[in-house]
Amino acid sequence: MELVCPAGNLPSLKAAVDNGADAVYIGLRDDTNARHFPGLNFNEKRATDGIVYARRKGVRVFLAINTYPRPDGWERWQAAVDTAARLGVDALICADIGVLDYASNRWPDLNLHLSVQASSTNYEALRFYQENFGIKRAVLPRVLSLSQVKNVVENSPVGIEIFGFGSLCVMVEGRCILSSYVTGESPNTCGACSPAKFVTYKETPQGMESRLGDVLTDRYGKNERAGYPTICKGRFEVGENTFYAIEEPTSLNTLELLPELQTAGIEAIKIEGRQRSPAYVAQVTRVWRQAIDACKQNPDRFSARAEWNRELDKVSEGATTTLGPYYRPWQ
Amino acid sequence: MSSNPRLSLGPNLFYWSRDDIFDFYAEVAEMPVDIVYLGETVCSKRRSLRTEDWFDLADRLSSAGKEVVLSTLSLLEAESEMLTLRRLCENDRFMVEANDMGAVQLLIKQGVPFVTGPTVNIYNPATLQVLANKGLKRWVLPIELSKETLAEMQAERPEGVETEIFAFGRMPLTLSARCFTARSHNLPKDDCQYKCLDYPDGRLLSTQEKKPFLALNGIQTVSSLTCNLLPETAEMKRLDVDVLRISPQSQHTGRIVEAFHQALQDEPTSSLDRYVPLGTCDGYWHGGAGMEKLKG
Repeated sequence: MELVCPAGNLPSLKAAVDNGADAVYIGLRDDTNARHFPGLNFNEKRATDGIVYARRKGVRVFLAINTYPRPDGWERWQAAVDTAARLGVDALICADIGVLDYASNRWPDLNLHLSVQASSTNYEALRFYQENFGIKRAVLPRVLSLSQVKNVVENSPVGIEIFGFGSLCVMVEGRCILSSYVTGESPNTCGACSPAKFVTYKETPQGMESRLGDVLTDRYGKNERAGYPTICKGRFEVGENTFYAIEEPTSLNTLELLPELQTAGIEAIKIEGRQRSPAYVAQVTRVWRQAIDACKQNPDRFSARAEWNRELDKVSEGATTTLGPYYRPWQ
Repeated sequence: MSSNPRLSLGPNLFYWSRDDIFDFYAEVAEMPVDIVYLGETVCSKRRSLRTEDWFDLADRLSSAGKEVVLSTLSLLEAESEMLTLRRLCENDRFMVEANDMGAVQLLIKQGVPFVTGPTVNIYNPATLQVLANKGLKRWVLPIELSKETLAEMQAERPEGVETEIFAFGRMPLTLSARCFTARSHNLPKDDCQYKCLDYPDGRLLSTQEKKPFLALNGIQTVSSLTCNLLPETAEMKRLDVDVLRISPQSQHTGRIVEAFHQALQDEPTSSLDRYVPLGTCDGYWHGGAGMEKLKG
């Protein structure tokens, strides 16, 4: 099982490489990738430096061009694909059919992975992308139980990468437009969910309020830490109750499932968090490297060490973790 | 200049009882809609109708002169869902609306023309061209795209491909593994007790300021506001839109269809505001946030 780690900048890339990543994934400094945040990502020069650094240590570099170009942006996505090919990345992670078509025709030797943003949850969908664009790997959306993941792996024409750790998107990636319903901008179109420029916090007599656009996403009590107002992590009223109607602010952590994931034939584990700090990347990569190595050595006696989970909890959203959809009762 | 756009009735997104579904489609047979999309697109646990029942209903509406299209599940997770999907895609009587790329793949393998629903991501002409080469006959513009994007898509639309617009209804915004209706009753999905039956237009979710925001529809979340593009029919004609889709609601669907029918005949229409559960919006169409009301 390959460990695929996030890097939003060069220091994070180095942190991932130095702490045991098998591959690092990055994005360019524009809306062609799904972490289009201010101050984040790589220009061509930085990407080149990163690739040189990673290669020297035998680590692969993937580049995500995984948003959906509209007609007026098409040339920018084409240019991004050309840049990736020039950089000689080890894989290009794409979602859009038009982009995949362009990449596979223009750069037939370029290794293509299907992004989680392509929203493909079943092996028939994966066959479409394999037969038409020759994808080599697919990242599954975080909507399947473990047994469903196994079924996809058994029938998939390509290797499967799944999310192992990080902020938990509870909606099927690539087909959620809650963000644009409120702000006009979605991950698909603009490369960010609940973009920061629409976020406000305000102290009120009812407590600290967080808003996305005009929508009140939560109110916090005196001793509560205000979270980021992603719509699906807010507290809302349904019937008589005010609660986290969609999901609590919590992170995915599948450390304890590692032996099962290995037996299932999962090709790679992805760590979420290109928007996070180099310290996060270093810490999470270190723990997961140790865990995967321990699991490879002796899967039957593997158990997630308490110290590993403590380290991961420290950097988790809401300081708690969940098995998420992999664990059926969560659904 | 193309002919007047036709009207379609989209697949019913909500969970209704067997009797309510049959009563509804008996009325639909009499409505001035040209195309009717049938089938369960949200949750495979909803079994008021079995697959055979949907085929029977399709026959009945077809006899009543409607073009019938069978719609597939949008989020495919279990192997049992793949079996149903195959049955629909391999039927030899009715065209199929693919709501997921797995369905697209099966329909391509069948070598039959197909429709893509709003949850198949067609955001640019290159994508439209790839799918047109594989048998795409009609596509629904993704919900979040604007009339400006539509105009650019139309300018490069491949020969023979029709364009359909989600013109009326609570908008499907997202899908999840988790059932939010069951969660709102503190029930797990595997023991949901079919709570969706109690909310024929979705269960309201409001902010802590008591502002209506979304509606929970099982694993799907829809807008609490109803997208209403009735005032935009002239613009849609200008943009050569082929089909306007009305998404069913539990009440007044006939009146809404009637109003769109009149608008397409350039007859005056009155406001639909009194026929929607909680107000209307048109933001996506005009290039804004989906929940905004920018005109109309």
